[in-house]
Amino acid sequence: MTADLIAVVLLLAVAAYACAGGTDYGAGFWDLTAGGARRGSRARWLVDHAMAPVWEVNNVWLIFVLVIMWTGFPVLFQAVFSAMWVPLALAVVGMVLRGAGFVFRKPSRRLAGRRLYGAVFAVASVVTPFFLGAAVGGVASGRVAPGTEASAHAWAGPTSLVFGLGAVTATAFLGAVFLTGDARRFDAPDLVGYFRWRALGSLGVLAVLAVVTAFVLHDDSPHVWHGLTRGAGLFFVAVAVVSAVATGVLLLRVPGVWVRVAAVGAVASSVLAWGMAQRPYLLPTSLTVADAAGAPATLTWLGVVTLVALLLVVPAVVLLYWLDTHGELEELSDSDLRRSSGGATGGDGTVGGG
Amino acid sequence: MPPSFHLLADAPAQLLPARELMAFTLASHIILVPLGVAFPFITLVMHYRGLRRKDPAALLLARRWSAVMAVQFALGIVTGTVLSFEFGLLWPGLMGRWGDVFGIGFGVEAWAFFLEAVLIAIYLYGWRRLKPRTHFLLGLPLPAAALLGAFGILAANSWMNTPRGFTLDAQGKPVNVDVWKAIFTPMFGPQYWHFVVAMVLTAGFMVSGVYATGWLRGRRDHYHRLGFALPFTIAAVATPVQFVLGDSLARSVFHKQPVKFAAMEIVWKTDTRVPEYIFGRLQEDGSVKGGIRIPMLDSLLAGFSVDTEVRGLSSVPPDQRPTATQATIAHWAFDVMVLVGSALVVLALWYGLIWLRYRRLPASKWFYRCAACAGVGAVVTVEAGWVAAEVGRQPWIVYENMRVAEAVTATRSTTLWVMFGIVVVVYVFLFGSFLAVLLSMRKRWRLADAQHTAGGPPPAPETDAPYGPRGPLPVGRGRPRRTGDGPADGDGPVGGDSPVGGDSPPAGPGRTGKGRR
Repeated sequence: MTADLIAVVLLLAVAAYACAGGTDYGAGFWDLTAGGARRGSRARWLVDHAMAPVWEVNNVWLIFVLVIMWTGFPVLFQAVFSAMWVPLALAVVGMVLRGAGFVFRKPSRRLAGRRLYGAVFAVASVVTPFFLGAAVGGVASGRVAPGTEASAHAWAGPTSLVFGLGAVTATAFLGAVFLTGDARRFDAPDLVGYFRWRALGSLGVLAVLAVVTAFVLHDDSPHVWHGLTRGAGLFFVAVAVVSAVATGVLLLRVPGVWVRVAAVGAVASSVLAWGMAQRPYLLPTSLTVADAAGAPATLTWLGVVTLVALLLVVPAVVLLYWLDTHGELEELSDSDLRRSSGGATGGDGTVGGG
Repeated sequence: MPPSFHLLADAPAQLLPARELMAFTLASHIILVPLGVAFPFITLVMHYRGLRRKDPAALLLARRWSAVMAVQFALGIVTGTVLSFEFGLLWPGLMGRWGDVFGIGFGVEAWAFFLEAVLIAIYLYGWRRLKPRTHFLLGLPLPAAALLGAFGILAANSWMNTPRGFTLDAQGKPVNVDVWKAIFTPMFGPQYWHFVVAMVLTAGFMVSGVYATGWLRGRRDHYHRLGFALPFTIAAVATPVQFVLGDSLARSVFHKQPVKFAAMEIVWKTDTRVPEYIFGRLQEDGSVKGGIRIPMLDSLLAGFSVDTEVRGLSSVPPDQRPTATQATIAHWAFDVMVLVGSALVVLALWYGLIWLRYRRLPASKWFYRCAACAGVGAVVTVEAGWVAAEVGRQPWIVYENMRVAEAVTATRSTTLWVMFGIVVVVYVFLFGSFLAVLLSMRKRWRLADAQHTAGGPPPAPETDAPYGPRGPLPVGRGRPRRTGDGPADGDGPVGGDSPVGGDSPPAGPGRTGKGRR
């Protein structure tokens, strides 16, 4: 019972990471495809400013996923990290490069430096979700069981491939949807159209991929296919489809807050559908939730810790996102870090009377 | 062949690369940890001073430190993420068997860290638009979140030293988990406070060291004196406290992990009137080569009496204790920590005495030379303390319950060596870039300060623009400050409604400025 609850918490955390982290990776995708230094400068400027205050928080969800895995379901953690060694190792290298590339790009002044860091950030933003998706695909297709050793077989199957591509496309989709809103917020109407068409394009690719995924799952991952075609799995598939259609419609009309809600709904529902379809297994068809569950006392405490933390963290996260979307968060500019000569020249006026 | 070589030969081939990789990534991460835990605290103290005394220099320092924190915190997040992946990639046996016993600490840590990331984002990006008071108050919980995060990590680490809160069933699997006992293990309290104070003093010395260097180069205005004195005072208060805490931690190790204590003090035979060796190398046969031998001191330090019996390494079979080489490493690390730590205490006392006697900063060049090195010295003590704690626990990953060799991944050693190579290259790039960014920030600020002192206008925004043409300088920001507008009108609610300098977007159709809507 407690184990089921913690499994749901784990699934929700994965969904949260897919949405928050996904938006972030997607911004990197559009950074990569924005074109040369001059042509892509405006899109990159928007990516930089929209992401900066929230990207760290977006990615902390992943830490939470890992902690729930090893505390709540130690056997699952051991099995996945043993079998999926290569994709997970590559994903973590990608995450490091991505974070470093992003954070160093801003303060570096020379074009060459910005190009290097920007390229590192953007390429890693595409590679990382692919490998994470591939690892999830390996789990969904039943290629991982407790004791499976690391091999390409575990993560190079057809399900892994479509999940990897799906992850990249979904992040691009989320990124474009969120950047459309950010473009409005930052008063860049040309970029609203720019990202709106990219959001619609990636939604189209996502639809095609969804059909391909359905065929692949049917042959390659029978258990998940079975779960997706009935019950809770089917319900979330339906929610995902409806949300995706709604996102498309809202994108064609005037995009506002609701388009973000719909896009997040589509991606989150897809993750939930996968999780529900795997029931009762964490690793189909070798490890059930009940078998993988850690000590009962720990699970109870993990629930308590989660609850207390939710009470603390949710208001904080809401405050952050609220402040961010209301334009209250802005990077310190160079002039803020300069000694002012009284605010009369140059308009920096930071340290008045200095 | 000496027994320790047999042990090494029995160890799986992937143990060495796994260990090296973990050690390398953790040692690198540790450099950032003091800043992550204590830099927000120091910055907030400076911020408070700026608000309280309406001191623009203090506010400028706090803002510049925030800009550094933004980069350093992000780097800490990525290197920290690597560590949590490595638990699975390198030590799946540890997490698979014991994850549900000691993992809850990480649960606390994850959420605390989450909170810290949120608060730090608000703090770093709130300077311009939030009201000064609101901004400061929103930053205030940061040190508490950092303490909570440290709580989780230290709970997990001290559990590995003194595992409690479970019983083993017939197959050797842990059952009857008691989470409370697993968190508050005997080593937890001493380790935690030792760690927290270490972070505070290291961050204090690191930051003040920068300004001590400035002092030596002749930059001695109010701004530099403040940038030196505030973090140094915090560090100077923490250092003597740390001396006492460290001493009490060593005694806890003596009581709770006698074999580790024996390794740290290279004691071979259980005895009373045990001598203390300063450095020196333990040989396979139990003799000690080199080093300074101080008779009876070890017994005296461990139990306040020369008749205190100290357990030696030979009291347990060879496969349950560190090898002679490992013991020597732990011993040297311990001695380095104590020696450098003592030097820092002397420096803190020097500072304190001058302050008590003359109510001013020391004027001696030698003081500032030492202070400039104190940051590096403090990082050395942190690294050395960590080495002593971890190497001294060998061969155990969970003290007396699981060997490191049992926990290691089955991945081939070649793969691990390749990964190690990649990680080293990536980290060199990472930390090299970090240094380059810090230096370029310093250069820019120094340039700006020089121009300010010379009375010239600030540099045109174009000079620091990375891309394309910039938007025109806005009007409206340069208006004279109203009285009572707060010490820094850039923080004011009405002060920041148009873009400035380094912040405006490249020109494009329809750009109307980045206004608040």
